[in-house]
Amino acid sequence: MSPLALIGPPSATFTPSEVSYLSILPMLIVAGAALIGVLVEAFAPRAARFTAQFAVAMLGLLAAFAVIAMRAPAMIGVTLSGAVVVDGPALVFQGMVLLMGAAGLALMAERFGGRGPDAFTPSGSSVPGSQAEGLAERLGTTTEVFPLTMFALLGMMLFPASGDLLTMFVALEVLSMPLYVLTALARRRRLLSQEAALKYFLLGSFSSAFFLFGAALLYGYAGSLNLGEIGRAVGTVSGRGGLLAAGALLLFVGLLFKVGAVPFHSWTPDVYQGAPTPVTGFMAACTKVAAFGALLRLVYVGLAGSRWDWELVLWIVAGLTMVVGSVLSVSQTDIKRLLAYSSVAHAGFILVGLLAIDRAGIAAVTFYLASYGFATIAAFGIVLLVRARGSEATHISQWAGLGRRAPVLAAGMGLLLMGFAGIPLTSGFTAKFAVFAAAVAHAGAAGVVLTVIGVLSSAVTAYVYFRIVVLMFFSEPGGAPVDVLRPSAGGATAIGVGLLTTVVLGVFPAPLLALAASASQFLW
Amino acid sequence: MAVVVSSPYLPILIFFACGIAFAALSVLGLGVVGPKKYNSAKFVAYECGIQPSPRADQGGRVPVKFYTVAMLFIIFDIESVFLFPFAVAFDSLGLFALVEMVLFVLTVFVAYVYVWRRGGLDWD
Repeated sequence: MSPLALIGPPSATFTPSEVSYLSILPMLIVAGAALIGVLVEAFAPRAARFTAQFAVAMLGLLAAFAVIAMRAPAMIGVTLSGAVVVDGPALVFQGMVLLMGAAGLALMAERFGGRGPDAFTPSGSSVPGSQAEGLAERLGTTTEVFPLTMFALLGMMLFPASGDLLTMFVALEVLSMPLYVLTALARRRRLLSQEAALKYFLLGSFSSAFFLFGAALLYGYAGSLNLGEIGRAVGTVSGRGGLLAAGALLLFVGLLFKVGAVPFHSWTPDVYQGAPTPVTGFMAACTKVAAFGALLRLVYVGLAGSRWDWELVLWIVAGLTMVVGSVLSVSQTDIKRLLAYSSVAHAGFILVGLLAIDRAGIAAVTFYLASYGFATIAAFGIVLLVRARGSEATHISQWAGLGRRAPVLAAGMGLLLMGFAGIPLTSGFTAKFAVFAAAVAHAGAAGVVLTVIGVLSSAVTAYVYFRIVVLMFFSEPGGAPVDVLRPSAGGATAIGVGLLTTVVLGVFPAPLLALAASASQFLW
Repeated sequence: MAVVVSSPYLPILIFFACGIAFAALSVLGLGVVGPKKYNSAKFVAYECGIQPSPRADQGGRVPVKFYTVAMLFIIFDIESVFLFPFAVAFDSLGLFALVEMVLFVLTVFVAYVYVWRRGGLDWD
């Protein structure tokens, strides 16, 4: 018998899986726009590339969002043999990722009305403003960031909608790879940026490996990678509890790394500081939304039945994340690192809402992410505008007296910081109230303990934020003079949306809370 | 065949053992029986690849061209990994799979066109 005879034609007949193209249309649009972006980069003349790239990316995002906004009820369903699950939470998270992605793109395209260069380098080895940079500029451009961002957004849209662990892993990689590259592209402080990218890449690869190992163990437990199947197996399969607990914890390592929870947060300050500021804003908002969407689906669909195995670990992680994030933000002197540690603390607050393991928790997490995401992009947008000798003035001593030099900008930053601190009548207050209320109502004594820790941590972070407000408005400007650039229309819109959501979601939170509550039912 | 296979995983274990034994024998055996005639050419990188000096971490510059070619090679390698099972099962798959495969190949082709247009294939 020849060896080839062993490889006969497959015996079973092939039936293609049912595809609901409407359900995956937003992702197809974003993927198409990303591919068109690559072709624009290859063929469009250099002078036209920036406009073309920006138009393709923005139109793609807005078209994808329009599909979700208009056809959401018809899109709901399990498709691609269970690999993609488009349900209420998935659509809300996709919509948030798209809108925040558009705001982030507007900041990345910020060139101050064509007078200045953007935040990205055409060549990682060239000094800003040097001849070498001019040469690199002629050979290539910095517009590659648009397709890279679109690919990252594709991964972020798939992440909260993935119905099995393999799809989730692919989405994790699709969203991570472009972010590693984007992190390295800062035009100024290039070594810091490249170092940050390397750290992010190495630690991110580690966490991806943990995720994959966890997925393998859960497959060993349940005999399926499908989250719904795993959820059903939790109640029926016995005697392999070790595989389940170990697999769940390894998956959590992979996802908690992406949301930046303690003890997997150590990359956050370095990467947030090193990455180009618009990229920092983009990934601080969108990565967190996507990763919490995936974490919600994993916990609520796949692992809720085995909560006794891992709940204690996640309670400790949530508590530590709030405490470490807020306490370490006190000692920061760099505004980007300060916002990074504050984002760690926010991840802790969101985890408290997630641990309610109840529909109220899903709605609270959704609301928190919406209020935090837009405000974060706006905060990094404002950091982008404050300059000293052309470079961003990120040391907080340089922000002293900014309220006198640029009252509107300083007031905007003050409002955003009030929102982060959770002052009443800002979105942050409603968001914190929602997550803590969900935890107290549904997580028992642990929820109460975590809420106490959360309120105390909020007080610590409030001190940090108020210190910056006092610095901006009540202290004398000192040292080298600081310039405040005027943003172009796109950048101003991105910052304005952040300010607007901070106020509107604080004063009229009801519509978004209602939307989040009505879209808090997972399918499987 | 009189051999009784007690576990369906036993052949995999034997396969692993054979693989490890082959690698160990090759490395150890070469050191014992191989001829040892050293000259300077024997100490440079084997057949292809970059010289490890000047080292990048000591301020030296390393040509990046090899990496572009290597990445492109891996992309097409992965493409063929998907093409082979598709070709084997082509008869039973039908039009749907053909369309899917054309889309997949076109997507990979976009990456190739990008590298070509941006000068990634020019050696100098």
